[in-house]
Amino acid sequence: MSIHVRIPSILRRQTRGEEMVLLEGETIGEVLEGLENRFEGLRGKLRDQGGGIRRFVNVYINDSDVRLLEGITTPVTDGDEVTIIPAVAGG
Amino acid sequence: MSFVESLTCRECGTAWPVSPHAICEDCFGPLEITYDYASISGHVDRDAIAARGRSMWRFRELLPIDGDTILGLEVGGTPLIRAERLARALGVDELYIKNDAVNFPTLSFKDRVVSVALTKAREFGMTTVGCASTGNLANSVAAQGVRNGFRTCILVPEDLEEAKILGTTIYDAGLIGVRGDYDQVNRLCSQIADRFGWGIVNVNLRPFYGEGSKTVGYEIAEQLGWRAPAHLVCCMAGGSLITKIGKAFRELADLGWIDRQTTSLYGAQAAGCNPIAAAVKSGADEIKPVVARTIARSLAIGNPADGYYAARSIRDSGGWAEDVTDAEIVTGMRLLATTEGIFTETAGGVTIGVTKKLLERGRLPRHEPIVLVITGNGLKTTEAVRSAGGSHPVIDPRLEEFELIIADTAAIGSGFTPSSGRSTPEPPFIGRSSCRST
Repeated sequence: MSIHVRIPSILRRQTRGEEMVLLEGETIGEVLEGLENRFEGLRGKLRDQGGGIRRFVNVYINDSDVRLLEGITTPVTDGDEVTIIPAVAGG
Repeated sequence: MSFVESLTCRECGTAWPVSPHAICEDCFGPLEITYDYASISGHVDRDAIAARGRSMWRFRELLPIDGDTILGLEVGGTPLIRAERLARALGVDELYIKNDAVNFPTLSFKDRVVSVALTKAREFGMTTVGCASTGNLANSVAAQGVRNGFRTCILVPEDLEEAKILGTTIYDAGLIGVRGDYDQVNRLCSQIADRFGWGIVNVNLRPFYGEGSKTVGYEIAEQLGWRAPAHLVCCMAGGSLITKIGKAFRELADLGWIDRQTTSLYGAQAAGCNPIAAAVKSGADEIKPVVARTIARSLAIGNPADGYYAARSIRDSGGWAEDVTDAEIVTGMRLLATTEGIFTETAGGVTIGVTKKLLERGRLPRHEPIVLVITGNGLKTTEAVRSAGGSHPVIDPRLEEFELIIADTAAIGSGFTPSSGRSTPEPPFIGRSSCRST
């Protein structure tokens, strides 16, 4: 599965400036793991020690918040776009 | 003169220089302003504040401003009223309403946060400001942004209440409707802030913006004669306001301006969007997002950024959280209107409805002072109560018709008072609008 992952600017120091990364994986967890494997500096920033998505990180598949789906076990399919966004706004 | 020390990560404690950033680069935690309270204490006291003009900016040393130019000097300073009729209706001894439904200039508490955010945007040299909004914030960014010569870019769900759309477009502000709910608008706005570097008040200006909410707490304490209330009920969307009110009372105690007393904080949400209340009630540490479905559109944030902190503030204070149905929200709006003459928007109906529920369930004591924070104006959400407003008689301009109406009233038992030899009944609308639940 080829998945596009959109990287927010706050993480681009770790991705050497790359804004869109192409990764393989069957689930969100696998995609995030692939991202950490490619960019070691991201390890620990997106997922906690148990592999869950950290509190202040929001991850979306296309338009949907993965917390509203199946979290890190949410399956991804070819052509999906995964977006990582820090949780900030509100009100 | 600035009393700001740094932007400090709430999670890992790393201190960052003051800049338009809201997130810790190390751990993604939210950044919070830290102040030099010793210097503040040496610079200003209660008497100095009391001598200043009645606006939120009388507390300017406790706001994250570095320069002398303040945008929105007239904002805040809203009434705290003793709500005796509502207290009787709810069966409590001492009840107050902080009425931000009459805030300046756009009739919601958001005027406070926007005033701080725009002042800071000017300090940072920004020329475009914007926001993701459920309506009230849009109105305030539009009005205050235009007035202060900013270009504006405001994003809202396209199906918002008519008055909230009009209350943005009337200023010729740059409004964009987004096909999606608030959480989707919010996500887009985060990406816009990321790409364009504008001053998005609730994204990259968020640490400064959020501090404006503290002034609700400062004003309540001063208006109560420099004391914090025992209990405070406040509606929750993103969860920032209730957290900041708690912070405000702590700061005043740290400064020695009020006695240290824990105010129990009670959070109010709609049943159709209750992620924070659900976490409080279940004891969960994490907030589980929901898809929001409620008439309280201004509270319809399914993934609240400050939810975790709001739930923690509530728990640590010994308070509680509840949620109410759309029908209970409308009943709450009517109850506040018919007892205290305050027309609040749906979010205020949530606060009243939840207060009633907390009292009925014994979570909120009846014999200690309670403050309710009313955050927005009912004229902005008339759709929600159109069918609940009650009917009124319409007559031709003839005395006989008027007397006929009055006679009907007599038939339903309104009191008579003798006048000029004739009996004068109470007009029907007076009887109808009296509080039935007392």
